[in-house]
Amino acid sequence: MRIDDRPVDATPAPGQCLRTFLREQGALAVKKGCDAGDCGACSVLLDGEPVHSCIVPAARAVDSAVTTAAGLGSPDDLSPVQQAFVAACGFQCGFCTAGYVVTATAVGREVEDPERTFKGNLCRCTGYRSIRDALAGRSNVAPGAVGASVGAPAGPRIVSGREPYTLDLPATDVLHVKLLASPHSHARITAIDTSAAAALPGVHLVLTHLDAPDVLYSSGRHDSRLDDPDDTRLLDDVVRFKGQRVAAVVADSVALAEEALALIRVEYDVLPAVLDPEEARTPGAPLVHGEKSTMRSRISEPMRNVVAQTHGEVGDVSAGLAAAEVRVSGTWRTSRVTHAALETHGARGWVDDAGRLVVRTSTQVPFLVRDELAHVLGVDRAQVRVLAARVGGGFGGKQEMLVEDVVGLAVLRLAAAGVRRPVQLELTREEQFTLVPSRHPMRVEVELGADADGVLTALRLDVLSDTGAYGNHAAGVLFHGCHESVALYRCPNKRVDAEAVYTHTVPAGAFRGYGLGQVIFGIESALDDLARELGISAAEVRRRNAVRPGDGFVVNGPPDDDLMLTESSYGLPQCLDLVAAALEEDRTPAPGAGWQLGSGLAAAMIATIPPRGHHATATVTAELDGTVTIGVGSAEFGNGSATVHVQLVAEELGVPVSLVRLRGSDTDATSYDTGAYGSTGTVVAGSAVVAAARELRSLLAAREGAPLTEPLVAHGEHHGTPRSVAFNVHGFRVAVHPPTGEVRLLASVHAADAGVVMNPEQLRGQVEGGVAQAIGTSLQEEVRLVDGAVTTRTFRDYRVPQMGDLPPTRVLFADTYDDLGPRGAKSMSEAPYNPVAPALANAVRDATGVRPHELPMTRDRVWRMLQERNPHD
Amino acid sequence: MDLGTVRSFRPARSRGDLTLSGGEVVVGGGTWLFSEPQPGTTGLVDLTTLGWAPFEPLPDGTLRIAATCTIEQLVGAPWGGLAELARQAADGLLMSFKVQRTATVGGNVCLALPAGAMTSLLAGLGAEAVVWTPDGGERREPVAAFVRDVRVTSLRPGEVLRAIDVPPSSLTAPAAFRRTSLSPLGRSAVVVVGSGRTVTVTASTTRPVVLDADDLDAGLAAVDCWYDDAHGAADWRAAVTGLLAREVVSELGR
Repeated sequence: MRIDDRPVDATPAPGQCLRTFLREQGALAVKKGCDAGDCGACSVLLDGEPVHSCIVPAARAVDSAVTTAAGLGSPDDLSPVQQAFVAACGFQCGFCTAGYVVTATAVGREVEDPERTFKGNLCRCTGYRSIRDALAGRSNVAPGAVGASVGAPAGPRIVSGREPYTLDLPATDVLHVKLLASPHSHARITAIDTSAAAALPGVHLVLTHLDAPDVLYSSGRHDSRLDDPDDTRLLDDVVRFKGQRVAAVVADSVALAEEALALIRVEYDVLPAVLDPEEARTPGAPLVHGEKSTMRSRISEPMRNVVAQTHGEVGDVSAGLAAAEVRVSGTWRTSRVTHAALETHGARGWVDDAGRLVVRTSTQVPFLVRDELAHVLGVDRAQVRVLAARVGGGFGGKQEMLVEDVVGLAVLRLAAAGVRRPVQLELTREEQFTLVPSRHPMRVEVELGADADGVLTALRLDVLSDTGAYGNHAAGVLFHGCHESVALYRCPNKRVDAEAVYTHTVPAGAFRGYGLGQVIFGIESALDDLARELGISAAEVRRRNAVRPGDGFVVNGPPDDDLMLTESSYGLPQCLDLVAAALEEDRTPAPGAGWQLGSGLAAAMIATIPPRGHHATATVTAELDGTVTIGVGSAEFGNGSATVHVQLVAEELGVPVSLVRLRGSDTDATSYDTGAYGSTGTVVAGSAVVAAARELRSLLAAREGAPLTEPLVAHGEHHGTPRSVAFNVHGFRVAVHPPTGEVRLLASVHAADAGVVMNPEQLRGQVEGGVAQAIGTSLQEEVRLVDGAVTTRTFRDYRVPQMGDLPPTRVLFADTYDDLGPRGAKSMSEAPYNPVAPALANAVRDATGVRPHELPMTRDRVWRMLQERNPHD
Repeated sequence: MDLGTVRSFRPARSRGDLTLSGGEVVVGGGTWLFSEPQPGTTGLVDLTTLGWAPFEPLPDGTLRIAATCTIEQLVGAPWGGLAELARQAADGLLMSFKVQRTATVGGNVCLALPAGAMTSLLAGLGAEAVVWTPDGGERREPVAAFVRDVRVTSLRPGEVLRAIDVPPSSLTAPAAFRRTSLSPLGRSAVVVVGSGRTVTVTASTTRPVVLDADDLDAGLAAVDCWYDDAHGAADWRAAVTGLLAREVVSELGR
């Protein structure tokens, strides 16, 4: 075989796919996304023709010439297609990009039908507009610093397959971990025999609950480890969902580890399980963590399966409802959704020359993983280093410690036995569905009352969140979900009752929007009904009731004390006006006879920083060669914060962005960073970077031009308080076809209040990507469970939007300035997701006269909903 | 994905090579086989090295399509007036054009998924499966019967699908095609193929259902195998099948 013009004489294994063989031979441009032929990240040219190398038997390709993205060009000598992807900013995390470049190269520049041609290339980040621009040769970059559409510094490396992701490392000498999955929803392991597995030549270690430290923790990571319940053991003698890890095998190869897994004999005492969140709280329901204590594990009511709850009232809701001229109510439901980051969770660990445990992992939170690894494994945190390379998509899913614990334990156990080889665990796409946390499904009941002028007199909310078998992020998602969604509206009488419950199902966790999307779906739908009852517009009912500068942010108790909104930062009215006007203007015709047209909008608010502390430190160093190096803790996973940090430093120091380098996401790079979640990359880490840059500027000024004799380092920090809020409004015009239930998106428009825009193209990309992910949630994505087992385990069965599933979204920005953010900026990564589902549902309601109450609004559900209204249609 | 249990990859050069030992399975394109774990499979026997012509017109006018014909090759076969139908069927597959270069017609039919678009096309055209039996003989069966249920065919141990023969009568008959799915280019939820006076339903049913265009309503009412999975609920599939089948009959009647 020849790979990128390099002869290779290794022989593939008989069952090996071409992708693995190529990566073993060092061709790391080829990515593993789905491992099933669905996503296209592994696309290569095989004798000049494009194939998905994960489903090509390597044995068939031994006499072929293979070209990867790396063979098409190099960072210094990009091919025309590669240049086009850089110029268009046609990527975010970049994990899918090499596959796009290969495919686009194969089909040539003139693509008549990109939706069909690229249906086998999934991108989770961009929403595809920027990729369409790349295919069409449109450029979106502009020179400058803050405020300019500066391209991501990693761009030339990404498009040429040179940017190393987590596991893009040499394959030599690596040991591989595979996990045994529970076949039961709830069972106690009464016996486990690993002797046959351990005796298999090439197997180095088998871990079971007998090896696991007696430490309870949570996979969910926050600045304070007390935010999440201690309900998880590394390996447990009780399994609580189908797919939970039961044992881990470490062996010379993945195939050997799999063979050994099959030899492990486990005896289970199968226990009753509760799969339904409504039943979980009923007396007599099987208990998921009934043996644990509230005090020790921070579980609200283990004997009622309630992990977190809030109940409270301000004013008098009953009186407010009684006094209302108009009342509306309803119950809304959202489904399980998976993040579908194209890079699965994976980590490689080893012991470095200093004897430290090093874990390179696909994480948004290296420092939080380091601290918890040290806690779980019982070692000093100074003895642990955690780093992330560029991460192949996050969306909240990598604010968890899901593989690092097993890898860390295996490395330490092997080192103690004298084996000092790297240990790697890469989850399969199937495990991303069956083992890894998803978005919390919720049941959201809303009741609203208003006076004749449409002014709210009462707001009552009752939420039930299903956190699955473990409580990682259960409390945070519940409280955040009920917070800005409710605080957005001023109303003297509010009541919120919300509980998150355990069930014996795959856990839920952090997901873009962190609970807000689910609750906003209910509240914004109810508000739409209220506007209809009152005969006022959707925008007007929000204008009349939205929180204003100077108001407190009230949910069901005292207002927050560190959240503030100033006049210059109040972008909601502009966002409402922009979207309402765009919908008015749209004249896209119906697709044909028999389609019903409608439009709708919804609003969302989000705090720019999570509550209770989010800390970042940064260094900015003037190097002797005239370049500047940023040291920062936060990770780059397509969020674009690395670009913004470079822009901020270039602006502060008055140097070109090309002279600024960034070293990030490494516990050795700076002293601390809570991590890249809660959309904090710009507003917290960015503020720390700005502080360090300003400090460096002062230090340099004090030298009065004296030449440097050693690098000059300046430090900055930020602690995430006080906080501001940002607003988003989304609008759709839709056409609905009652005979088939099809919903077509005729127009999609989004207005974002992001403060001063640091990088217009990147921000547009974040908005489009958030909208795309939300359209997936709204119309087509659902992790389905049958008897507690996940049945949607591939991208064939779980519909991540393809290019052809998404309309263009018009993105508009409010003109605001935030005093708290760096150079007037606000956060804007999660927020665009939140108003999309209710905006779509409101448009469907407008078109059909029937109110959707359940996500996703798939064709079969919409059809049935309209049938039930009028069975003779 | 890697199939870790596979210990041998054996190219077949003659019919004799198709005698399988325990744990061996035949592989066509391999695009499905390598897309899911295959526990228990220890060897692969490559059909593509048998050198079967992807398609050949037989003397009686039959169009023979080899089991190893790729989807891409199938679209380029001499369909005459049915070229558009063949293209629509291939487009109905979720797989990208890159996979269609490798995936085979025989593989798609033998996989026996309700959404298998090659099953839709060939059952819809009244084609016959030509099956090599382990005794060196051959048997024939309509594709609509060869695919019996979700992931179940009539293939017995040792049998190999050799080809699918499309009868001359279907090649000249008027044809019509309709499909839908939950997302625009997603896996098919309903496929209806009309040819002459027959209407064949796939994707929405657990097995191909052949209906008489002249007695459509009664035929639809008698369907007892509506399919329900992540790609559509059974009640919706039944309703939309009715709509699309009527459109097909209307188009055929013109």
